[in-house]
Amino acid sequence: MSDWVEACSAGDIDEEDVMRFDHGGRTFAIYRSPDDEYFATDGLCTHEKVHLADGLVMDDIIECPKHNGRFNYKTGAAKGAPVCVNIRTYPVKVDDGKVLVRIG
Amino acid sequence: MSIAPSRRDYSLIGRDARLAVENGLSAAQWYHTDIPRKQMKELMQRSDGPAIRDTAIWLAALIISGAGGAWFWGTWWCVPFFFVYGVLYGSSTDSRWHECGHGTAFRTQWMNDAVYQIACFMIMRNPVTWRWSHTRHHTDTIIVGRDPEISVMRPPDLVRLVLGFVGVLDAWHAMSDMLRNAAGNISAAEKTFIPEQEQNKAIRIARIWTAIYAATIALALYTGSFLPLMLVGLPRLYGAWHHVMVGLLQHGGLADNVTDHRLNSRTVYMNPISRFIYWNMNYHVEHHMFPMVPYHALPKLHALIKHDLPAPTPSILAGYREMIPAFRRQLRNEDYFLKRELPPTARPYREDFHNDAVAAAAE
Repeated sequence: MSDWVEACSAGDIDEEDVMRFDHGGRTFAIYRSPDDEYFATDGLCTHEKVHLADGLVMDDIIECPKHNGRFNYKTGAAKGAPVCVNIRTYPVKVDDGKVLVRIG
Repeated sequence: MSIAPSRRDYSLIGRDARLAVENGLSAAQWYHTDIPRKQMKELMQRSDGPAIRDTAIWLAALIISGAGGAWFWGTWWCVPFFFVYGVLYGSSTDSRWHECGHGTAFRTQWMNDAVYQIACFMIMRNPVTWRWSHTRHHTDTIIVGRDPEISVMRPPDLVRLVLGFVGVLDAWHAMSDMLRNAAGNISAAEKTFIPEQEQNKAIRIARIWTAIYAATIALALYTGSFLPLMLVGLPRLYGAWHHVMVGLLQHGGLADNVTDHRLNSRTVYMNPISRFIYWNMNYHVEHHMFPMVPYHALPKLHALIKHDLPAPTPSILAGYREMIPAFRRQLRNEDYFLKRELPPTARPYREDFHNDAVAAAAE
C-alpha cells in the first residue's frame, strides 16, 4: 500500500484531459477519460522527452504537443509516428475524492 | 561578386550537427507564449468539418481544372486551366502534406493519412522520409546541421532560389531520391532521422511511385502526347511557384541557431486565396510554437498571442521587400539576419541564448 501516492483531487482534472504530477524526482501524466476513469503514464514522451501534460486528450489517446506522436494512455501503446516506443503506465485508483497512483 | 565559402556546415552528419548536440542547441527547450490550459485545449480541438469542406473544394477544383486542361489540350484555352491545376497540384499539396502529416487537419486519423499520401505523391515527397524530416524540423528549427528542411542556406544560392519557383531542382532531387530509395538505398543523412524500422516503408513507397511515373511516361509515349505528364508529374514544376513564394517567407532572412520561433519564423498576412492554398501556414510563428493547433484555428491563436510576437509582415510583397535585401546582404556577411523586433507587451528574448547571434547580425 505504501506505493500508492496521492497525485491530485479527482476534480482537479477536467474530463478528457491530462495534468502533470511530479513526485520523487520523476514526472507523470494523470488522465481523466471521457468515461470519468483515471489513468497514469510516465510524464515524458518516449520520442523526445516532452511533457505529455501539455498535449491533447482525444478519447483514449494522448497526443504529444511537440510532434503529435500518439499513445493510448490506457495501455501505453504507441499509436502513431514519430512515437515508436510504448510508454509506461501505472495503476490508478480514486479513494475519497483523491487520485492515487501506484508508483513502482 | 565573389562569395566567401560558408562557415556553416549544413550536413546532417557534419561538424555543425555534432556541435549543435554538444552545445545544447539540439532538442533544446524552446520559448512558448503562456496560454491558459483551458484556452489551449479549445485551440487544439480537432474537427473534421473544416478540412472535409476544404478538401472537397480542393479535389473538385483539381478535377474540373484538370479536365478543362485536357479538354482544351492543343489550344491556348488549356493554359488557364493548367494554371489553376498546377497550383492545386504543385503548391496546395505542400500545405496538405504538412498539415495532415501533423495529424491536425482532420480529427479522424484515416482522413489525415489519406490526404497525406495523395499530397505527398503530388508534391514528390516520400511520406515516410518527410514525416521524419519534418519531425526534426520541429525539434531543431533552423539549427544548422540538424534541420533537414532549411530551404535557404547561407550564403544564399540565389540561382537555386529562382529555379525553385519552377520546381526544377526540387523535382530533380525528388526523382533521384525516389529512384535511389526504390533501389533499396537509404542515404547516411536519411538514416540520421528515419528510424531503422521505418526505412523499408520509405523504400516500398518509392517503388510504388516509380511504377506510377513509369506508367505515366509509357502512356505519354504510347499516345504520342505530353498530356499524361501535364496531369501527373509536370504540375509539380509548372505549379510550384505559389508554394515556393509563400514557403520562402517562413524562415527566409531570419535568425538561425536560436531557440525562439519569434526570431527564426515569420508570420505574414495574406489574401484569402493564398491562405486557402497554404492552409493558414502564413501564421508560421504560431504554428511552430504550437504545432498541435489545427490550421483552421491559427487565426484565433494569432489573435490571442500577437501581443507577445513580432509585428506580422503585412503582405507577401512586404515580406519580399525585407527578405531579398537580407539575402543580398548575406552574400557579403553570412551572419547577417533580420532581427524581429518585439512589441513592448512581449516577453523579451532570452539574452543568454541569443546575444551572440544578435551581435553578429549587426556587423
